[in-house]
Amino acid sequence: MNVALWVVVPYIALTIFVVGHVWRWRVDQFGWTTRTTQVLESRLLRLGSPLFHLGAFAAIGGHVLGLLVPKSLTAAVGVDEHLYHLVSVSAGTVAGLMVVAGLGLLLARRLTSPRVRRTTTRADKVLFAVLAVTIALGLSATVGENLLGGGYDYRATIAVWFRGVLTFHPDPGLMAGVPPLFRLHALSAWVLTAIWPFTRLVHVWSAPLAYLWRPYVVYRRRTPIHRSRHV
Amino acid sequence: MRVMAQVAMVMNLDKCIGCHTCSVTCKQTWTNRDGVEYVWFNNVETKPGVGYPKRYEDQERWHGGWQLDRRGRLKLRAGGRVKRLLNLFSNPDLPDLDDYYEPATYDYDTLVNAPAGPHTPVIRPKSAITGRDMAITWGANWEDDLGGAPEHAPADPNLAAMAEKVRMEFDQTFMFHLPRICEHCLNPACVAACPSGAMYKREEDGIVLVDQDRCRGWRMCVSSCPYKKVYVNHRTGKAEKCTFCFPRIEAGQPTVCAETCVGRLRYIGLILYDADAVLEAACVPDPRDLLEAQRRVFLDPSDPEVVQAARAAGISEDWITAAQRSPVYRLAMRYRVALPLHPEYRTLPMVWYIPPLSPVLDAVTGAGADADDPDNVFHAVTDLRIPLEYLAGLFSAGDTEIVAGVLMKLSAMRAYMRARTVDGTVAEDLLEAVGMRAAEMEEMYRLLAIAKYDERYVVPAAHREDAAALSAQAGGCSLDGDGGPGMSDFHPAGVTGRRGDGRLGLKLFVRDGGTA
Repeated sequence: MNVALWVVVPYIALTIFVVGHVWRWRVDQFGWTTRTTQVLESRLLRLGSPLFHLGAFAAIGGHVLGLLVPKSLTAAVGVDEHLYHLVSVSAGTVAGLMVVAGLGLLLARRLTSPRVRRTTTRADKVLFAVLAVTIALGLSATVGENLLGGGYDYRATIAVWFRGVLTFHPDPGLMAGVPPLFRLHALSAWVLTAIWPFTRLVHVWSAPLAYLWRPYVVYRRRTPIHRSRHV
Repeated sequence: MRVMAQVAMVMNLDKCIGCHTCSVTCKQTWTNRDGVEYVWFNNVETKPGVGYPKRYEDQERWHGGWQLDRRGRLKLRAGGRVKRLLNLFSNPDLPDLDDYYEPATYDYDTLVNAPAGPHTPVIRPKSAITGRDMAITWGANWEDDLGGAPEHAPADPNLAAMAEKVRMEFDQTFMFHLPRICEHCLNPACVAACPSGAMYKREEDGIVLVDQDRCRGWRMCVSSCPYKKVYVNHRTGKAEKCTFCFPRIEAGQPTVCAETCVGRLRYIGLILYDADAVLEAACVPDPRDLLEAQRRVFLDPSDPEVVQAARAAGISEDWITAAQRSPVYRLAMRYRVALPLHPEYRTLPMVWYIPPLSPVLDAVTGAGADADDPDNVFHAVTDLRIPLEYLAGLFSAGDTEIVAGVLMKLSAMRAYMRARTVDGTVAEDLLEAVGMRAAEMEEMYRLLAIAKYDERYVVPAAHREDAAALSAQAGGCSLDGDGGPGMSDFHPAGVTGRRGDGRLGLKLFVRDGGTA
């Protein structure tokens, strides 16, 4: 059971994630978009979208810090357990609340605005459900265990297991004693990983950072010179 | 000097009767699909009026186009690159659907499916967005022929800039129609604002297009275009815009809007311009100098030096000949009667307009004078500030001298030709007054009044053989030569390939994997 949940599930999800992205990129450039609906409704979006996105950036940053950076490294730069706990719980709670508030507004907008509602696809509905569950579990784990509860040092177990999955040395035993909220959060995150390439989430990879340094006006030839180049 | 060719248009507004044939044929050709019901690549506005979308000319609100910052550098009015990215999640300058209008259709099936009853079945408007019953309260030409003008037209942003109050009583005002398509600007703000680099200006003919495969729906182009001629397809989530009917242009045919124009008021031709001079022209401090600055970017296609530079830039002989015959160049540069729409947006637009004389003639007639007498018209042009100021706000960043000069030329042309054909005399005084030679005046008359098809549209076909030749040339990597950085001949074949737009990409992610 442990192996199935903490080794098989992650690798199935990661495989779908990678293969799915390659497939989507190759066959569906036209569908690769943010699917903006701002022109249909902007009042709720104006607040909800920045809240959700900025909160999500903070949450992702927190996950990178918590999961990918080993405890020994933070300790080496002088961050002790107490300081880490303080920062991660407070910043995590704020980020989580931003994401929840933002997603709440965006979902309310989808339901209450008939124009937006009509543009919602089946993939959107699945995505919103999985996203909402994952976020709710993550926030309740942070608030329930680490803010109100005694605190759980996920960096000793979950983080080590997660890095093991990424480096192909998974140790399912590490997840045995993890509190259920964290376990459920991890599982729903793998589901999110698996559906990612088939939803609008692909726009994440198109974050237009190159805009910061490219020339303003783009010129292109009608028929690209290199189209039939030998490679 | 870097010579580039641009397909450009001039519209003679005196001839526009506001029949909307251009809009309808364009819509039937390009935007008769779900998601673009409200999209009009071509629309015809009645001026004065708020336009489409509502008050699109109010750049205090929409922040479209460019402006100079305090140090005199050109910046997008909506802010710099970092600010764009910060506004990615919610674009404060994006019009709502209600700034356009909610498109409607009718439940036509009711007419045949309704159960038998005492009354004739009636169709009801249904929203094309939500499918629900709706009341139609606005449209793309809601103010047609000043319909509802007393109520709506005072919101026209061009009126706010005027010193005198324009009266909107129907019998006391003036009006004209303004057909609009994408301006295919030399300095396009939409292209500059596109975070994904999906929008581009074609090197060969200057047409501005959206790469549908690379558009990611960041919708910055929509708000940055001061003419609001890029739209969101709400079904695909991607931007769409007027394509200058590029498949027709490539085949040597005029655009659909021009081809079907009942008043034959559109002219299509090439302009050769110096691409290196564009930025400098867009940066002149006084907006009133923008017209002349843009004219300086245009190159004289009869100048041997220009022809030589054009050849060096790879522009073919038939394109150079077409540029020499270009009606657009003649109207904008030789006779200088065509003016750009809102040059103050600093995008250097390439669809120009011959301002209408009719508002002035209306005013002369309204004052009980004879509108055929050029003296009356000349006086009216200088004395009647209202139509002149309004036209100057549209076409010359408020410089009434420029618009007055054009209107005098048009009025002189009418009087000159009347004297020629009715009295059989040559009105030298009129020629002198507007500084034109007799031959020039008659050529202009022929182009504007007779307006033969092959003089209105001088469109050289695109050269497909160029593409073939160029791609054959590019058989190897140009960096593979002796001493070149590619001479190691290391090309990880199977890893990289060319994307559709010619950029190198990981082969894993390249459709068709390039041609190995």
